[in-house]
Amino acid sequence: MLIDPYIQQILVTIGIGIILAQGLNIITGLTGQLSLGHAAFMSIGAFSGALLTIKAGLPFPLVVLAGGMTAAVAAVLVGWPILRLTGDYLAICTLGFAEIVKVVFLNLDITNRAFGLTVPPPATSVPLPLTVLASALLVSLASQSIRCSRFGRALMAIRDDEIAAAAAGIDVARHKVRAFGVSAFMAGVGGCLYAHVLGYINPSDFGFLKSVDMLAMVVLGGLGSVPGAVLGAAFLGAAPELLRFMASYRMLVYGAMLVALMVFRPDGLLGGINLWDFALRRLGRTSQRTRGEN
Amino acid sequence: MLEINGLSVCYGAIRALHAFSCRVGQGEIVALIGSNGAGKSTTLNAVSGIVPASGGSISFKGEEIRGIAPHRIVRLGISQVPEGRRVFGRMSVLENLEMGGYTLKERKRLKEGMERVFSLFPRLAERRNQQARTLSGGEQQMLAMGRALVAEPQLLLLDEPSMGLAPLLVEKVFETIVEINRMGTTIVLVEQNAHMALAIASRAYVLESGEIVLEGSSADLAVDPAVQRAYLGGAV
Repeated sequence: MLIDPYIQQILVTIGIGIILAQGLNIITGLTGQLSLGHAAFMSIGAFSGALLTIKAGLPFPLVVLAGGMTAAVAAVLVGWPILRLTGDYLAICTLGFAEIVKVVFLNLDITNRAFGLTVPPPATSVPLPLTVLASALLVSLASQSIRCSRFGRALMAIRDDEIAAAAAGIDVARHKVRAFGVSAFMAGVGGCLYAHVLGYINPSDFGFLKSVDMLAMVVLGGLGSVPGAVLGAAFLGAAPELLRFMASYRMLVYGAMLVALMVFRPDGLLGGINLWDFALRRLGRTSQRTRGEN
Repeated sequence: MLEINGLSVCYGAIRALHAFSCRVGQGEIVALIGSNGAGKSTTLNAVSGIVPASGGSISFKGEEIRGIAPHRIVRLGISQVPEGRRVFGRMSVLENLEMGGYTLKERKRLKEGMERVFSLFPRLAERRNQQARTLSGGEQQMLAMGRALVAEPQLLLLDEPSMGLAPLLVEKVFETIVEINRMGTTIVLVEQNAHMALAIASRAYVLESGEIVLEGSSADLAVDPAVQRAYLGGAV
């Protein structure tokens, strides 16, 4: 690649962040179900992907898809019982699930226990940074099309009022589980890419803090907003680097920025802003979001 | 059309509804009146499947529907307007109505349903792109009713449509209920405002602590001394 390796590394971090944020945004932003354990799905995607590369040497695109699928299957299995819960109860449950996954991976031989796995470079000729950025773009487009679909509107209806959604004929339980599955798929893809970019993974990398990082991206960008998730991931990915000149004050200022953002823009950077409307208005046209009209 | 026999509902150890029986004929407006906690809303929620019943039977057009999930009940032709104007706050008026037609397979029927709602509530057409949570209380009630009507239900369950509305709006809402009924929808109406409910219903059931204490035609109940004392504020 022609870009400076340092910049390249930041871009890759942001790209993976975008994938993870889009994933969490589906279940927490669109569907309104708070998950504090999304690092678990990232972990499942990372380890299953890494193992497929190590043991089977599968082509990289297949490895990434398989990583996502494994995470999705895990989410659907665990989602059936726990998605009956809402709010704080669900959050605690996902938190517990993430701890279980971590402990299990720390004790399995196949994941090399606490030593972690060294991941060989993927079997592909496409440069990894390019794959990451292309995946981030694809996942974001997929997110946006979900948001604008009938399925996406049903998810938002569930977020706004579960009882009314059921009364409108939406199968709430099934939709939540599906959303959880899609969300985990994206987290798994992100985790798989993360494993191959870093070349080394350890179950302890995917702890509570990782889940909170993802949540911060989504909340910062604006819950439910697809461009917001991109912006949130970009901000959280770049800020620690941009602030590097402050030396030891870096994380202090970073924390203060998060606090200030939440105080002045509680709905997130792009919360409540429809980019499409905004763009149209800028072009001097009236906003018409009425599909199926004329 | 709707026949309920010996229906019981429990919330944990608390019995909210006991051996409730009623019949609703095709094209009727039937009112359930009673004070807070009498079991009126519970009855509607049991019919729409939101609350599980612990005993008894609910049949709709001769078919047993007790125990069917809420999203399936809607497909049978029963729509509920839940208590307290539960609109989808962060979605537009148009999107709210689209969700009301979620069960419709054909795009054309959805469009027709929305047109019908807009002709019934022109105000909603004016505000179609507005976020539902920014609507006034009356408009939100219209939207909640409109949403239930998009799918063209045969039976409409209305839970406290007058709650928290100004008297003038209450009258408007009740006029609309009569109009909806004239267009061929059977209505079960739960109301604390017994006066208004008895004015438009053909028959009514009076509930107290989860049991029916009185039933009859609205005209009879409106002059019943017990009903007058308890729900209509004494002398007429």
